[in-house]
Amino acid sequence: MSGMKTDIKLIDENGKRIDGRTFDQIRPIKIEAGILERADGSAYIEWGGNKIIAAVYGPREVYPKHMQDPSKAVLRARYNMAAFSVDERKKPGPDRRSIELSMVISNALSSVVFLEQFPRTAIDVFIEVLQADAGTRIAGLTAASVALADAGIPMKDLIVGCAAGKVENTIVLDLNKEEDNFGQADLPVAIIPRTKEIVLFQMDGDMIEEEINRAMDMAINASLQIYELQKDALKRKYFNIVQEDELQ
Amino acid sequence: MEKIREIVLPGEEIILGENKPGNGIYVENGKAYVEYLGVKSIKSGYVNIIPLSGRYQPQKGDKVIGKIVDIMSSNWVVDINAPYLAPLHVNDTPWKVDFGDTSKYLNVGDTILAKVMSVNEVKQVWLTLKEPGLRKLQGGHIITVSPTKVPRIIGKDGSMIKILKEMTNSKIYVGQNGIIWVEGTTESILKVVGAIRLIEREAHIIGLTDRVKEYLSKSKKENDVE
Repeated sequence: MSGMKTDIKLIDENGKRIDGRTFDQIRPIKIEAGILERADGSAYIEWGGNKIIAAVYGPREVYPKHMQDPSKAVLRARYNMAAFSVDERKKPGPDRRSIELSMVISNALSSVVFLEQFPRTAIDVFIEVLQADAGTRIAGLTAASVALADAGIPMKDLIVGCAAGKVENTIVLDLNKEEDNFGQADLPVAIIPRTKEIVLFQMDGDMIEEEINRAMDMAINASLQIYELQKDALKRKYFNIVQEDELQ
Repeated sequence: MEKIREIVLPGEEIILGENKPGNGIYVENGKAYVEYLGVKSIKSGYVNIIPLSGRYQPQKGDKVIGKIVDIMSSNWVVDINAPYLAPLHVNDTPWKVDFGDTSKYLNVGDTILAKVMSVNEVKQVWLTLKEPGLRKLQGGHIITVSPTKVPRIIGKDGSMIKILKEMTNSKIYVGQNGIIWVEGTTESILKVVGAIRLIEREAHIIGLTDRVKEYLSKSKKENDVE
């Protein structure tokens, strides 16, 4: 949706964005682990105006059976937007966009999970966007990786991401809805924080090489900040359990 | 047990020192990293990660409670709350079963107390009933808990489960897979269910045993008044 015409001034004379942030500031983020009773692992994230729940089930038997792989587990992520998550009611069910996002998120998560440890099984990840405010794929992926860790699934590392983009010829970090709709480019990046390997990289709009490099650096630096929030969310949930062990 | 107990998360680096990497640790480029969420423990020269969450992973020798979900001519298929269904072959039962007569002994929906006989490298699980104490469970009530909470319900050297059994006058079997079977009067089953939920919920608060005792004796008095 980038590049739509608008009269809104996205960046003012002082370099402040419409929500008062500077060009290299991320929106406030809140992550909580283990919020669902019935799921094996779950997480809830609030990222600016985004509200997303991620749930993990498995490893469990694969249905339909023909999808099962005798050498490793299959990781199936499903990204879904609630009908009420956007201004204009979204028609429920998978569409072109959510099918693609499910695929890129599955691929990103598959790159860190030790799938060989669970041959013939499926790990199902459900990402439900309750309220959307730009950058949901990255927020969903960030929550999904916390949910996987909460489910006790063996993985190389958590996955964390952030978006950057171009608005009024300025490279800015973590676009909000207005900037996403009326800006010039949007570039979501997700990384493995320890090795800085890229697991998801997409771009909507136009940027030159120099701009992409700058945007990527900014997104990676911001991702590392968000990584700390992910770790904090998990440690908060499990702190009590360990405390008691120490006393025994 | 070991003194050092800290929460570790996937991807965290572990300094091994003199020790060797054990469960839940992977080595990459000569450095060791954590595989899943858990607590670090060092035991006899190995660094292990004890998981704090996750599904039941069958291990040889575990006693589990399972439900029959399918019947074949010479084996049953049992759901043991693990990522995989586990077969039970007629040769591993104490009965002499004729070919095709499997449904005479165990039917779909029956519950059994079985033992994990073997787990191979592709995670195929085989169960056995050929040991004293292992049998079909008739009647009773099933409670499901997280497999990571099983050690708390059993308690140190079975202390917690002993209290539950003695104070409620019920028969209890706890499967390593987080499935618990209780038999007794309706009141005692309700009491056990309540106590187990209390253990699950408040496992991290000190003095758990005392609180469970208090809970059980209190509900006893209340029952007497009624």
